[in-house]
Amino acid sequence: MPDPARINHHLTESLLLAYATGELPEAFSIAVAAHLSLCDECRARSMTFDVLGGALLETHAEVLSDGALAATLARVRSEGPAPTPRTPVPADVLPAPVRGYVGGGLDAVRWRPLGGGVKQAILYRDEHATARLLSIAAGAAVPDHGHAGTEITLVLAGAFSDGIGRFGPGDVELADEDVDHQPVADPGGDCICLAATDARLRFHSFVPRLAGQIFGI
Amino acid sequence: MAFDTSPGLAYRGPVPPALLAGRARTHGHNNVNETSDDRPLWADEMRALSERRDESAFAALFAHFAPRVKAYLMRSGSAPDLAEEVAQDVMATLWRKAHLFDPAKASVNTWVYTIARNRRIDILRKRARPEPDDLPWGHEAEADQADALALQQESERLAAALTRLPEKQRVLVERAYYGDLSHREIADETGLPLGTIKSRIRLGLERLRHHMS
Ligand SMILES: [Zn+2]
Repeated sequence: MPDPARINHHLTESLLLAYATGELPEAFSIAVAAHLSLCDECRARSMTFDVLGGALLETHAEVLSDGALAATLARVRSEGPAPTPRTPVPADVLPAPVRGYVGGGLDAVRWRPLGGGVKQAILYRDEHATARLLSIAAGAAVPDHGHAGTEITLVLAGAFSDGIGRFGPGDVELADEDVDHQPVADPGGDCICLAATDARLRFHSFVPRLAGQIFGI
Repeated sequence: MAFDTSPGLAYRGPVPPALLAGRARTHGHNNVNETSDDRPLWADEMRALSERRDESAFAALFAHFAPRVKAYLMRSGSAPDLAEEVAQDVMATLWRKAHLFDPAKASVNTWVYTIARNRRIDILRKRARPEPDDLPWGHEAEADQADALALQQESERLAAALTRLPEKQRVLVERAYYGDLSHREIADETGLPLGTIKSRIRLGLERLRHHMS
């Protein structure tokens, strides 16, 4: 995994809150889960939102029907414990949540060339958003990169630079339609990124301010 | 929320009255949970469940958490029947995964919340929720106990702060969690003690990474 101390660009409160509350489209959740696998700072922020969820859970209750406990016990009594999850597989460029969608490590990715030294592999797509892996050859630029909505790009290997800054392993770039950027991979080696895009997401709308002001962590 | 691409799924009705808005501390089948001076809430029940499949411990956990999970689901827009079914599901998961619960990592209500949230995404939102890499959390008995207790105390401070929030802000926080943040509202700083919990969790992660390397 990349050195967490060298991650400079992190997830926003609004993304972490949306992930914690279950409101994030799946494609974006892949990118968030992947960053959380690499970044303890954001992981701690994310787990803090879970603690708040637990505190909220305590505040309201609804009566269950008679026999609910008995019915549940009848279902589980004869069952053994769930299997303990396997320990993490040896480090791959791809964090576990990404491997889950690839069906293996980086070797298993089925790349499609886009031309100009750029390849992509769609990981997941639904009516809300798309998640894809991008491989940008050293020194190559991602071709015209207009997007109508929000895009999260997580660097998994190598680095790229654009008008906003330089992004290395573990870094996240969050861009909305106002950002006109053309990422160029560092000359040192191929840059592998995970990008989640949705034309309809608008992060510059109220949520970032709201979450930032309410939660401010 | 802002990512409201499926308005039909979000709960838009009035907020139901709190039927049983109580402090976590008022439960307990045998007083072991009446004080957290030396043990986190529900830690004994979780251990009894994990080690002995203790049904009375499960009954106590069920009595406290099943109604809360049901309320969470109903407030997230699910019908009472479905909410009850899912609440039973969540409690069944708690039974099956009791041995995976680690009190140094989360308090029981946090853990139950994450299980309920994931079931809600599954069933109501009909999508998966990819999770980060699983971390092999350490098991050093002493540090663990201190961590568990400190985390519990911070969580309780948070719960208390939540009840003291001005109504308008509390509702906003709730709506974020019930998937119903659709209005453009601006809130001031609430002063919820999230920073201290984050620092504590962060410290635990640092220690864990240290041990792993
Ligand atoms: Zn981060």
